[in-house]
Amino acid sequence: MSKIIKKEQLSENVFLMILDSPLIAKERKAGQFIILQIDPEYGERIPLTIADADAEAGTITIIFQVVGLTTDMLSRLNEGDDIPILVGPLGKPTHIEKFGTVVCVGGGIGVAPLHPIAQALKAAGNKVITIIGARTKELVILEDEMRKISDELIVCTDDGTYGRKALVTEPLKEVCERKEKPDMVIAIGPPIMMKFCSETTRPYGIFTQVSLNTIMVDGTGMCGGCRVNVGNEVKFVCVDGPEFDGHLVDFDNMMMRLNAFVDIEKEKYKCYLDQIAEAKLKSQKAEVEQ
Amino acid sequence: MNYRTPEEIEIEARELFSKYISRVDELKNKERIAIPLQEMPTQAPEVRIHNLQEVALGYTPEEAQLEAMRCIQCPTQPCVEDCPVHIDVPRFIDRIAHGKFQEAVDVIKENSLLPAICGRVCPQEVQCQSRCSVGKIFKTVDKAVSIGRLERFVADWERERGEIGVPEVKPDTGKKVAIVGGGPAGLVVAADVRREGHSVTIFEAFHKLGGVMRYGIPEFRLPNEIVDKEIETLEKMGVEIRTNFVVGKTRTLDELMNEDGYDAVFIGTGAGLPLFMGIEGENLVGVVSANEYLTRANLMRAFEQDHAVTPIYRSKVVAVLGGGNVAMDASRMAMRLGAEKVYVVYRRTRKEMPARVEEVEHAMEEGIEFLFLSNAKRILGDEKGRVRAMECLRYELGEPDESGRRRPIPIEGSEFILDVDTVIVAIGNGSNPLISQTTKGIETNKWGNIITDENQKTSMDRVYAGGDIVLGAATVILAMGEGRTAAAAINKMLAEEIEKEKQQLEEARKN
Repeated sequence: MSKIIKKEQLSENVFLMILDSPLIAKERKAGQFIILQIDPEYGERIPLTIADADAEAGTITIIFQVVGLTTDMLSRLNEGDDIPILVGPLGKPTHIEKFGTVVCVGGGIGVAPLHPIAQALKAAGNKVITIIGARTKELVILEDEMRKISDELIVCTDDGTYGRKALVTEPLKEVCERKEKPDMVIAIGPPIMMKFCSETTRPYGIFTQVSLNTIMVDGTGMCGGCRVNVGNEVKFVCVDGPEFDGHLVDFDNMMMRLNAFVDIEKEKYKCYLDQIAEAKLKSQKAEVEQ
Repeated sequence: MNYRTPEEIEIEARELFSKYISRVDELKNKERIAIPLQEMPTQAPEVRIHNLQEVALGYTPEEAQLEAMRCIQCPTQPCVEDCPVHIDVPRFIDRIAHGKFQEAVDVIKENSLLPAICGRVCPQEVQCQSRCSVGKIFKTVDKAVSIGRLERFVADWERERGEIGVPEVKPDTGKKVAIVGGGPAGLVVAADVRREGHSVTIFEAFHKLGGVMRYGIPEFRLPNEIVDKEIETLEKMGVEIRTNFVVGKTRTLDELMNEDGYDAVFIGTGAGLPLFMGIEGENLVGVVSANEYLTRANLMRAFEQDHAVTPIYRSKVVAVLGGGNVAMDASRMAMRLGAEKVYVVYRRTRKEMPARVEEVEHAMEEGIEFLFLSNAKRILGDEKGRVRAMECLRYELGEPDESGRRRPIPIEGSEFILDVDTVIVAIGNGSNPLISQTTKGIETNKWGNIITDENQKTSMDRVYAGGDIVLGAATVILAMGEGRTAAAAINKMLAEEIEKEKQQLEEARKN
């Protein structure tokens, strides 16, 4: 059980929550994730990356986008509410050392899990160049936080409403072509963005690490639902990952697998939204009648 | 065998019962073995494939007593020897024959704490019933005394009367024991260690205890209510339960011992790492491990599709790969989830199947088609990456391999296509790496199983392990057996330590 200490809406669909979880706050390292479940009987377990943690206060921060039923339900919880099931920290932590120059690329809410990694890399003495991208201005998150820990920050939006009008791969390519070639790239964001970041860096031979967020049930290696092809091997994201060499990940297969239950999920989500709308209508009617 | 309704079975049993019961003590062996084996009443196949309720309904008292009268109380007692926890089988059966059901339960509980579970899921035909003298007389294990059914009967009888006794707990010793994993092995250790007065905490990764009995074995074979009852007993004994706690991640084993003050640890994390076959198409959408499929259906309640948020495949034609209990559970669950056709694809023949005989029979009754001497070669997908078919190869049996079973050999050019939309892989589990990855100094074998001595002690001081994390994928009862051994060793170690501490204290006082 974990209490929501603070809730903040970062954009229309993106929320930040600070959760009371002393044990996870103490043990977690950059790159790890948690699994939560809202209804202990009929709920679904979803993995979310830990965006930040405060070991002293005993809290962790999650940032999530409403994309379906469970994230929608989560977004409707408020400060003081409990999340009945919270387990972690899961996955292997990011390997942090002084690599030299590291480019951190974050797409959409991928910036959230990227932040603690960039922070740790900076602390380890790396030169950090950060590229953050979003569809539009409202969806740019953690810009100030990233600026603080980056030697250089490039912001771009797909529609040009803020920063450069470009996909993140454009500035990434430019950085790769610089005289001072980066030693490593870390890309976190939607699968398609990580795929193209990996394709962008491939010709330059720059090691590119991606962080995968696949379908999971237990998060401890037991179900195998999260498996991905990495090189010639099948890996479990929950225990072998979540970070892998982007040049070896079979993104196309991963994206197909992410859609495994898409029809059922849409159906259940619609049913849930209909129920909420109906309840709202009823209470409005009752008000009018009064 | 033709399906007989519970009523038909009951009527017949009642007639026979009145014939024999007055002479229960005078029956000659010849008469005993003339009593027909009491069939287990079950839900009708066409009914049960649409629900999740238990298939086997259990004996009536008359049926149980009749079945118990079939036991000839032979002096050799192979059943006791072949039981992993050495229950005094003839004695508890004798009590049942005499209608002394409570006494029968008490006999079982001298050795096994979870008879309602073991009576349901033990592979009796290869254990207690395998060398039964009655079966020997008929030259078939199928005619052995139904020890498992009798065990289940008395356990249920006790539970249904709501009179399950809570074992006595000795005064607090001040020693703390951590149990990692709330499955069958861990639950047994918890009870046995707690009885000695040590404080016990069970750490469980999931939100509910039970391990494989919760996420794996379906309701139709082992109702959750029974597992809940056992856990309730542990709680009444004062065992602390911490769910959503992954040892190795939330706290490491070293932290538990060095910082949190646990005097001993038992690792019973199970064999939870599903194996795949490494064939083409295995990562297509619609290929799923039996672990995932069953966890979604059982623990996450996806069987109740209208209530559960967790989705599960809405399959029409399913192929299940494997021949063990998990394959049976998965195939029968697929049927209940509305599949029109379910195949079990197994490389060997029915004889070599590791599944319990009763489960295979039930699966067959439920209309599941078994493709023996066949195996998947590759899985074919459509343009969306979803399973559309599976190419199989036919096999023949060659010489026995190291497991003693005849080795299956593929027949060249025997490929055939099975049109399926879901493939459930139930070919076994590797060992879960979380503890070994995060604990320096714990020795594992090449398969990742934790190495223990005959007392279940690992290479680490004060750390014991048992169940599937040691055995590889085995059975509930073997896990319980190892749990008992480990608990005895932990209790012994702690008792010696307490004694030593006492002596030291006394000596200090003297000085």
